[in-house]
Amino acid sequence: MIRLTEAPFDPGALLNEFSQGRTETGAVATFTGIARAEKGSTTVLELEAYPGFTEAEIGRIAEQARRRFGLHDFAILHRIGKIAPGEAIVFVATAAGHRRAAFEACDFLMDYLKSKAPFWKKEHGPDGERWVEPTAQDLADRDRWN
Amino acid sequence: MARVLLFGRFRDLAGWREREIAAGSLSDLRALLAAGDAELAEALEGKGVQVAVDQAIVKGDMALSASAEVAFLPPMSGG
Repeated sequence: MIRLTEAPFDPGALLNEFSQGRTETGAVATFTGIARAEKGSTTVLELEAYPGFTEAEIGRIAEQARRRFGLHDFAILHRIGKIAPGEAIVFVATAAGHRRAAFEACDFLMDYLKSKAPFWKKEHGPDGERWVEPTAQDLADRDRWN
Repeated sequence: MARVLLFGRFRDLAGWREREIAAGSLSDLRALLAAGDAELAEALEGKGVQVAVDQAIVKGDMALSASAEVAFLPPMSGG
Protein backbone atom coordinates (compact mmCIF):
# COMPACT_ATOMS: atom_id res chain seq x y z
CA MET A 1 0.00 0.00 0.00
CA ILE A 2 1.30 3.43 -0.94
CA ARG A 3 -0.84 6.41 -0.08
CA LEU A 4 -0.62 10.18 0.36
CA THR A 5 -3.10 11.81 2.71
CA GLU A 6 -3.95 15.32 3.85
CA ALA A 7 -5.69 14.00 6.97
CA PRO A 8 -3.97 13.05 10.25
CA PHE A 9 -3.65 9.28 10.75
CA ASP A 10 -3.28 6.80 13.61
CA PRO A 11 -0.07 4.72 13.30
CA GLY A 12 -1.39 2.14 15.78
CA ALA A 13 -4.46 1.44 13.68
CA LEU A 14 -2.29 1.11 10.57
CA LEU A 15 0.00 -1.37 12.33
CA ASN A 16 -2.97 -3.47 13.47
CA GLU A 17 -4.44 -3.54 10.00
CA PHE A 18 -1.07 -4.36 8.41
CA SER A 19 -0.30 -7.22 10.84
CA GLN A 20 -3.61 -9.01 10.51
CA GLY A 21 -4.06 -12.34 8.75
CA ARG A 22 -0.37 -13.14 8.36
CA THR A 23 0.61 -16.69 9.19
CA GLU A 24 3.99 -16.89 7.43
CA THR A 25 5.28 -13.40 8.26
CA GLY A 26 7.54 -13.73 11.27
CA ALA A 27 8.43 -10.04 11.48
CA VAL A 28 6.75 -6.69 11.00
CA ALA A 29 8.88 -3.56 11.50
CA THR A 30 7.47 -0.04 11.46
CA PHE A 31 8.73 3.52 11.53
CA THR A 32 6.63 6.56 12.37
CA GLY A 33 8.05 10.05 11.71
CA ILE A 34 6.60 12.85 13.83
CA ALA A 35 6.73 16.59 13.13
CA ARG A 36 9.04 18.42 15.57
CA ALA A 37 8.36 21.86 17.04
CA GLU A 38 12.14 22.60 16.99
CA LYS A 39 11.80 24.43 20.35
CA GLY A 40 9.03 26.65 19.04
CA SER A 41 10.73 27.66 15.79
CA THR A 42 8.35 25.49 13.71
CA THR A 43 4.61 25.96 14.17
CA VAL A 44 3.51 24.28 10.95
CA LEU A 45 5.25 21.93 8.56
CA GLU A 46 4.03 21.98 4.97
CA LEU A 47 4.61 19.03 2.64
CA GLU A 48 4.10 19.24 -1.11
CA ALA A 49 3.99 16.26 -3.49
CA TYR A 50 3.62 15.83 -7.26
CA PRO A 51 0.44 13.73 -7.38
CA GLY A 52 0.83 10.64 -9.53
CA PHE A 53 4.59 11.04 -9.94
CA THR A 54 5.26 10.90 -6.19
CA GLU A 55 3.32 7.65 -5.68
CA ALA A 56 4.92 6.10 -8.79
CA GLU A 57 8.45 6.97 -7.64
CA ILE A 58 7.81 5.57 -4.14
CA GLY A 59 6.35 2.46 -5.77
CA ARG A 60 9.50 1.98 -7.81
CA ILE A 61 11.77 2.05 -4.74
CA ALA A 62 9.35 -0.06 -2.67
CA GLU A 63 9.50 -2.77 -5.34
CA GLN A 64 13.28 -2.55 -5.17
CA ALA A 65 13.05 -3.05 -1.37
CA ARG A 66 10.69 -5.97 -1.86
CA ARG A 67 13.21 -7.75 -4.10
CA ARG A 68 16.33 -6.80 -2.15
CA PHE A 69 15.03 -7.83 1.29
CA GLY A 70 12.54 -10.50 0.23
CA LEU A 71 9.62 -8.60 1.73
CA HIS A 72 6.22 -10.23 1.97
CA ASP A 73 4.53 -6.82 1.98
CA PHE A 74 4.97 -3.12 2.73
CA ALA A 75 2.84 -0.10 3.62
CA ILE A 76 3.87 3.52 3.16
CA LEU A 77 1.61 6.39 4.18
CA HIS A 78 2.85 9.97 3.85
CA ARG A 79 1.14 13.18 4.91
CA ILE A 80 0.93 16.13 2.56
CA GLY A 81 -0.38 19.63 3.22
CA LYS A 82 -0.11 21.34 6.61
CA ILE A 83 1.10 19.30 9.60
CA ALA A 84 1.21 20.42 13.25
CA PRO A 85 4.09 19.50 15.62
CA GLY A 86 3.33 16.18 17.30
CA GLU A 87 1.41 14.80 14.33
CA ALA A 88 2.71 11.82 12.37
CA ILE A 89 4.19 12.71 8.98
CA VAL A 90 5.11 9.30 7.66
CA PHE A 91 4.40 5.65 8.46
CA VAL A 92 6.38 2.77 6.97
CA ALA A 93 5.68 -0.89 7.71
CA THR A 94 7.54 -3.89 6.33
CA ALA A 95 6.68 -7.57 6.61
CA ALA A 96 9.22 -10.36 6.16
CA GLY A 97 9.91 -13.91 7.24
CA HIS A 98 12.52 -12.82 9.80
CA ARG A 99 13.36 -9.63 11.70
CA ARG A 100 16.64 -8.55 10.02
CA ALA A 101 15.02 -8.15 6.60
CA ALA A 102 12.04 -6.27 8.07
CA PHE A 103 14.27 -3.85 10.05
CA GLU A 104 16.66 -3.23 7.16
CA ALA A 105 13.92 -2.70 4.58
CA CYS A 106 12.22 -0.18 6.87
CA ASP A 107 15.53 1.66 7.34
CA PHE A 108 16.22 1.57 3.57
CA LEU A 109 12.78 2.96 2.73
CA MET A 110 13.10 5.81 5.23
CA ASP A 111 16.56 6.80 3.97
CA TYR A 112 15.07 6.96 0.49
CA LEU A 113 12.01 8.95 1.58
CA LYS A 114 14.19 11.52 3.40
CA SER A 115 16.40 12.35 0.46
CA LYS A 116 15.01 11.08 -2.83
CA ALA A 117 11.23 10.82 -2.81
CA PRO A 118 9.37 13.65 -4.59
CA PHE A 119 8.35 15.74 -1.59
CA TRP A 120 9.16 19.35 -0.77
CA LYS A 121 9.05 20.48 2.82
CA LYS A 122 8.61 23.97 4.22
CA GLU A 123 8.83 24.98 7.87
CA HIS A 124 6.61 27.86 9.02
CA GLY A 125 7.45 29.59 12.31
CA PRO A 126 7.45 32.90 14.18
CA ASP A 127 10.55 33.97 12.21
CA GLY A 128 9.01 33.27 8.80
CA GLU A 129 9.22 30.28 6.51
CA ARG A 130 12.00 28.24 4.96
CA TRP A 131 12.30 25.33 2.52
CA VAL A 132 14.09 22.30 3.93
CA GLU A 133 16.45 20.32 1.70
CA PRO A 134 18.19 17.03 2.50
CA THR A 135 21.14 17.40 4.90
CA ALA A 136 24.60 15.95 4.28
CA GLN A 137 23.66 13.33 6.88
CA ASP A 138 20.49 12.41 4.93
CA LEU A 139 22.54 11.93 1.75
CA ALA A 140 25.21 9.89 3.60
CA ASP A 141 22.46 7.71 5.12
CA ARG A 142 21.05 7.02 1.68
CA ASP A 143 24.48 6.20 0.23
CA ARG A 144 24.93 3.43 2.82
CA TRP A 145 22.70 1.27 0.61
CA ASN A 146 24.70 1.66 -2.62
CA MET B 1 1.43 24.29 -25.37
CA ALA B 2 3.57 22.64 -22.73
CA ARG B 3 2.08 22.59 -19.27
CA VAL B 4 4.89 23.81 -16.99
CA LEU B 5 4.79 22.98 -13.27
CA LEU B 6 7.00 24.47 -10.56
CA PHE B 7 7.46 22.78 -7.18
CA GLY B 8 8.83 23.80 -3.79
CA ARG B 9 10.96 26.93 -3.66
CA PHE B 10 10.68 27.47 -7.45
CA ARG B 11 7.01 28.27 -7.04
CA ASP B 12 7.73 30.86 -4.35
CA LEU B 13 10.55 32.35 -6.42
CA ALA B 14 8.46 32.65 -9.60
CA GLY B 15 5.16 33.54 -7.96
CA TRP B 16 3.29 30.93 -10.04
CA ARG B 17 2.73 27.21 -9.92
CA GLU B 18 1.52 26.26 -13.35
CA ARG B 19 1.65 27.90 -16.77
CA GLU B 20 0.96 26.99 -20.39
CA ILE B 21 3.99 27.87 -22.51
CA ALA B 22 4.50 27.19 -26.23
CA ALA B 23 7.94 25.61 -26.57
CA GLY B 24 9.26 22.99 -29.00
CA SER B 25 12.01 21.70 -26.75
CA LEU B 26 13.29 21.89 -23.20
CA SER B 27 16.06 24.30 -24.23
CA ASP B 28 13.45 26.55 -25.93
CA LEU B 29 11.41 26.46 -22.76
CA ARG B 30 14.41 27.40 -20.59
CA ALA B 31 15.20 30.32 -22.94
CA LEU B 32 11.60 31.56 -22.77
CA LEU B 33 11.60 31.31 -18.97
CA ALA B 34 14.95 33.15 -18.81
CA ALA B 35 13.62 35.97 -20.99
CA GLY B 36 10.78 36.53 -18.52
CA ASP B 37 12.55 35.79 -15.23
CA ALA B 38 16.35 35.47 -15.22
CA GLU B 39 16.47 34.64 -11.50
CA LEU B 40 14.06 31.74 -11.92
CA ALA B 41 15.90 30.39 -14.97
CA GLU B 42 19.17 30.43 -13.04
CA ALA B 43 17.60 28.62 -10.08
CA LEU B 44 16.24 25.94 -12.45
CA GLU B 45 19.84 25.20 -13.52
CA GLY B 46 20.96 24.76 -9.89
CA LYS B 47 22.64 21.78 -8.24
CA GLY B 48 20.39 18.82 -7.54
CA VAL B 49 17.52 20.16 -9.68
CA GLN B 50 15.70 17.54 -11.76
CA VAL B 51 13.30 17.87 -14.67
CA ALA B 52 10.42 15.51 -15.39
CA VAL B 53 8.67 15.38 -18.76
CA ASP B 54 5.34 13.56 -18.67
CA GLN B 55 6.24 12.34 -15.17
CA ALA B 56 9.56 10.74 -16.13
CA ILE B 57 12.93 12.21 -15.10
CA VAL B 58 14.92 13.37 -18.12
CA LYS B 59 18.49 14.59 -18.56
CA GLY B 60 19.68 17.13 -21.12
CA ASP B 61 17.56 18.56 -23.92
CA MET B 62 14.58 16.95 -25.62
CA ALA B 63 11.74 17.81 -27.97
CA LEU B 64 8.41 18.56 -26.29
CA SER B 65 5.10 17.38 -27.66
CA ALA B 66 2.21 19.84 -27.87
CA SER B 67 0.66 18.33 -24.74
CA ALA B 68 3.88 17.77 -22.73
CA GLU B 69 3.86 18.23 -18.97
CA VAL B 70 7.19 19.66 -17.80
CA ALA B 71 7.95 19.76 -14.06
CA PHE B 72 10.94 21.46 -12.43
CA LEU B 73 11.83 19.65 -9.21
CA PRO B 74 14.08 21.17 -6.51
CA PRO B 75 16.09 18.77 -4.29
CA MET B 76 13.57 16.45 -2.65
CA SER B 77 13.02 15.86 1.04
CA GLY B 78 10.24 13.90 2.68
CA GLY B 79 9.79 12.05 5.96
